[in-house]
Amino acid sequence: MMRGLWKLTWIEIKIFLREPLGAFGTIGFPVLVFLVWGRLASPKMVTTPVAATGFIRVGLPVLASLLIAVSSVLSLVTIISIYREGGILKRLRATPLRPQTILTAHVMVKLTLTVATLALLVIAGKRYYPVGVQVPFFAFAMALLITTWSILSIGFVIASIVPTARFAQPIGAIVLYPMIALSGLFVPLESLPPALHAVARVLPLTYAVSLLEGIWSGDAWSAHVGDVAALVVVFLICTALSTKVFRWE
Amino acid sequence: MAHVIQVSGVRKTYGSTVAVDEVSFEVNQGEIFGLIGPNGAGKTTTMECVEGLRTPDRGTISVLGLNPFHDVYKLQDRIGVQLQQAQLQKRIKVWEAMDLWAALYQKKTADGERLLEQLGLIEKRNAWFMNLSGGQKQRLFIALALINDPEVVFLDELTTGLDPQSRRAIWGLVRGIRERGKTVFLTTHLMEEAERLCDRVAIIEHGRIIDIDCPESLVKRHCPERTVVLATDGLNAADHFRVIPGVEEVICSNSQFTIRGRGDDLVTEVIHCLSENHMRVTDFRTVLPNLEDVFLKLTGRSIRD
Repeated sequence: MMRGLWKLTWIEIKIFLREPLGAFGTIGFPVLVFLVWGRLASPKMVTTPVAATGFIRVGLPVLASLLIAVSSVLSLVTIISIYREGGILKRLRATPLRPQTILTAHVMVKLTLTVATLALLVIAGKRYYPVGVQVPFFAFAMALLITTWSILSIGFVIASIVPTARFAQPIGAIVLYPMIALSGLFVPLESLPPALHAVARVLPLTYAVSLLEGIWSGDAWSAHVGDVAALVVVFLICTALSTKVFRWE
Repeated sequence: MAHVIQVSGVRKTYGSTVAVDEVSFEVNQGEIFGLIGPNGAGKTTTMECVEGLRTPDRGTISVLGLNPFHDVYKLQDRIGVQLQQAQLQKRIKVWEAMDLWAALYQKKTADGERLLEQLGLIEKRNAWFMNLSGGQKQRLFIALALINDPEVVFLDELTTGLDPQSRRAIWGLVRGIRERGKTVFLTTHLMEEAERLCDRVAIIEHGRIIDIDCPESLVKRHCPERTVVLATDGLNAADHFRVIPGVEEVICSNSQFTIRGRGDDLVTEVIHCLSENHMRVTDFRTVLPNLEDVFLKLTGRSIRD
């Protein structure tokens, strides 16, 4: 069945790139946010390098990376619900293809695009945005893949409960974007009111941000075992949940 | 003759709605078997249970000796399926769909390019699915159903929404499938399609099968009436017609007569009567009942959706 999996993954990547708006939303948007924000902030960086140690040096690349992961998930939710509504999932099931293979192919497409977008971000950053710090890109890419893989499982849960394709994108956005706001990226967790702090503690993106920020700043993996564990737990819970509630038609 | 499909006592409910109940039938090796019935009668549910896409609540199904529920992947490898109202990815190219489908089967697959040629799609091989016409999409789905050189082909409402040209072309294709020794199981609500294509037909209504036979026998059994419509100005013509054996009703309007009756000899008897009485006939035609009459008789005339 591997042959079918590779072929389906490759065809889905090609199909995705043929849709200009979808490709821009997923690949272009995070890069654009990164570049525009970076440009606005960069003169300040050059004059006072010390100020650059805060949000611009770590926060912005992590935000851009998080946007990559979140738009991957939103795109997954949309595609799955369109495929369900159009009977494409059902047609694929009427073959010897295992249901989990169909979904795995979509996860692989998103992970591939995540890596591609990150590479684009790095290239764009090198040219236009003098971060000028040594960043462990390989480790960071791994961290981003783990993050994306984990929240893709949330995507499957959302894709299971959205009634129609029309609602997929907005519902996904409502679930995911507030998580970014509370993730500790903009406001340190400690300065949140206790109630919000408690909410942030159970949100998966909080752990994603902690992991991404840490790896970007050069932490060892051993310092973030807890974050990775939390993301794995999210994956396990959501996968178990979606095998119960996922609808094929 | 060997049974390729055996269905016995199948029941499937959705919530409190009983979709099919006590459905039993067999499909023989090498025949085109049609399941006909009004919308919502349970055609698609029955077919999808046989294909292994749905699990019946009760009853047993065997396809090629396999249980569609337990051996679903083994079964999928040997059958070809065309679903009602299916779609593909909007921007998948025709050849990519064929290529992908060919990769999904364990067994040796048919020549995709040749299939596209046979189905008149070869010039569209680089077109996106979304840019195909309805007929082209339907032919692509038939090509996909044939890519694994299946032993049984399932076609659910294969010509609904197509123009007469495409419909006839597709009928030709389906006969071609039978000529290659394959078994075809199809559903339709077009009686003309069932009559022209199917070797045997099962009529389903409210989730139950009412009768199964070849179209001619169904017509003979349920609609034995024959009608002759003729025009003559012969004297006392109506009286002559009324005494013909088998005649039940003679309607006369001006010089036009509608003679209804039953029996295979009715038409011969009418002709005999005309010549015996030296009647001058200016018009003569027979109206024979067809599957549509059987269908309306058995399933009623009320509109449903």
